[in-house]
Amino acid sequence: MTANTPIISLRNVYKFYGQLTALNDVSLDIYPGEKVVIIGPSGSGKSTLLRSINRLETVDLGKIVVDGVDVNDPATNINKVRQDLGMVFQNFNLFPHKNVLENLTLAPTKLRGMSQEAANLLAVELLKKVDISDKAAAYPSRLSGGQQQRVAIARALAMSPKIMLFDEPTSALDPEMIGEVLDVMVNLAREGMTMVCVTHEMGFAREVADRIIFMDKGEILEEGGPEHFFANPSHPRLQKFLQQIL
Amino acid sequence: MENPSQQHIRIEVSDGASIPDPKDRRIVTAWSISIFGAITSLILLCLLKSDPFWNMLQFVSDGVIVTFQVTIFSILLAIPIGMVTGLGRLSQVRAINLVASTYVEVIRGIPLLVQLFFIYYGLGRFFGVGGIPAAVIAMSFCYGAYMGEVFRAGISAINKGQAEAARSLGFNQSQTMRLVIMPQAWRTILPPIGNEFIAMLKDTSLVSILAVADIMRRGTEYAGQYFNYFEAFTLVALVYLIITLILSKGVSIMEARLNYYDR
Ligand SMILES: Nc1ncnc2c1ncn2[C@@H]1O[C@H](COP(=O)(O)OP(=O)(O)O)[C@@H](O)[C@H]1O
Ligand SMILES: [Mg+2]
Repeated sequence: MTANTPIISLRNVYKFYGQLTALNDVSLDIYPGEKVVIIGPSGSGKSTLLRSINRLETVDLGKIVVDGVDVNDPATNINKVRQDLGMVFQNFNLFPHKNVLENLTLAPTKLRGMSQEAANLLAVELLKKVDISDKAAAYPSRLSGGQQQRVAIARALAMSPKIMLFDEPTSALDPEMIGEVLDVMVNLAREGMTMVCVTHEMGFAREVADRIIFMDKGEILEEGGPEHFFANPSHPRLQKFLQQIL
Repeated sequence: MENPSQQHIRIEVSDGASIPDPKDRRIVTAWSISIFGAITSLILLCLLKSDPFWNMLQFVSDGVIVTFQVTIFSILLAIPIGMVTGLGRLSQVRAINLVASTYVEVIRGIPLLVQLFFIYYGLGRFFGVGGIPAAVIAMSFCYGAYMGEVFRAGISAINKGQAEAARSLGFNQSQTMRLVIMPQAWRTILPPIGNEFIAMLKDTSLVSILAVADIMRRGTEYAGQYFNYFEAFTLVALVYLIITLILSKGVSIMEARLNYYDR
C-alpha cells in the first residue's frame, strides 16, 4: 500500500440515534503515518466518529474502509480488523482483575498466539516506553489516573496496531497528570504511528497534528493544518469554539 | 422524608440466611448469639436428656450427609443452568431472551414445593428417574431460575467499558465474556451463590417428602417410631440452624476475601 492510499476512509457516513443525527454525511481520508486531531463541542459526534472506525458503533449509511477492508461488510471479521486498531478510552478501562503486566499480555497471548514469555518481554519493553516499569505487578486500582492511562496505551500497543484511536485520553485526568500522558502520545507520534485523537489539548494538537478536524452537530465543518487552523479559522462556529477553549 | 444514602449493593434474590457483616468486629452479634445458643442447647439436651436427644442425633446424622449431597449436587447443576439463563436474559437475540425469561417467569410463579412434586413425579413417570437424582434435578431447575437472576445482575453490574476495551483489542464476544467479564462478575456472583446454597440447603427439607432420607426425613421417621414429634423437630431445627449459621459465616468470609483487588 502506498502513502497516497488512505488507511482509513469514510464516505458519506450517517449515524442516527432516533431523531438525532450523530454523524451527518461525514467523509474523511486518513493516510498512513498521519496524525489527525478531532475537536469540537461536547455532543458533536467525535466519539461516534472514532468508534465507528472500529465498529464499536455501527453506522446507518455510508462506507468505512480500514486498511482495505470494508468495516461494515457482514463478511468482514471485525475482530481481525480491531486487532490492528488500538483504542484508548477516556476512562482507561484497564482490566481490574489483572495486574499491569497481565493487562498487557492478555491480548497478544490469546489473539496473536504469542508465548507467555515473549509477551512478558514485549510488555516489559512497552512499560519502559510509557515510563512505568516499576508497576508491572501492581493492580490497576493501585495506580493514579495518569499511570492507568499510560498502561492503557501500552496495552493497546502490545497488539502492534497499525493505527491508534484516542478518545479524549486526558479528559478524566487531574491536571497535573495530563502532561505525562501527552508525552507518551507525542513520542508515539514521533515514531510514525498513525493516530486519530479526539482531544481538547490544543497544545498537543498544535505540536503533533498534521491535520485538525472541527466537528459540530455531527458534521465536519472545517479541516486543515494547525497553522491555518488556529491562525485563520474561517467557520464562525469554529471561531467561537476556539475562543471558548483557548 | 430523607432518603437513606445508598450503600454498597449486594445482590439478594431469595431468602437465604442473613449473612453476617464481615467488617463487624464485635463479639456479641446476632450471629454469635445464635450459634452459641444453638450449640449450647444441643449439647445440654444431649447430655441431660440423652434419651431421646442423643439417640435422635445419631439417627439424624446420616440425614446430614444426604442433605449435603442433595444440596451440593443441586447447586453444581444449578450454577451452569443459572449461567446460561443469565446470559440468555442478557442476550440481544430476542428468541434466546424470550426462552430464558419465560423459564424464569414460570419458575417464579409456582411454589417451590409444587415444582418439586411436578418435576419429581414427571421424571419418575416419564423417565423412570427417582430418589435422589430426581430430587437433585428438580431442585436445580427451580434454583437455576433464581441463579439466572444472580448471574444477570452480576454480569450487568460490570462496567460497559470493560467489554468495549476487550472488543477493541480484538476479542470476540465469548472471549470477552470468559476472559474479562466473568472473572470480574464472579466476585459479585459468588456471595449470592453462597446465599442460594444456604437457602437451598434449607429447602431440601421439602424433598424429605419425596423419599429422600435427609435430615428432615430422618427426624420425621424417628418421631413416627416413638411419637415424640416436638423433641424430634427441636433437634432437627437445631441441626439446620447450626449448619446454616456456619455456612453463612463462611459466605461472609468469602465475600471479604473476594474484594482483594480493590484494596
Ligand atoms: N447510545 C446512544 N444513544 C443515544 N444517543 C447517543 C448515544 N451515543 C451518543 N449519542 C448522542 O449522539 C451525539 C454525539 O455523541 P458523541 O459522539 O458521544 O459526542 P462527543 O464525543 O462529540 O461528545 C450526542 O448528542 C449524544 O447524546
Ligand atoms: Mg466523546
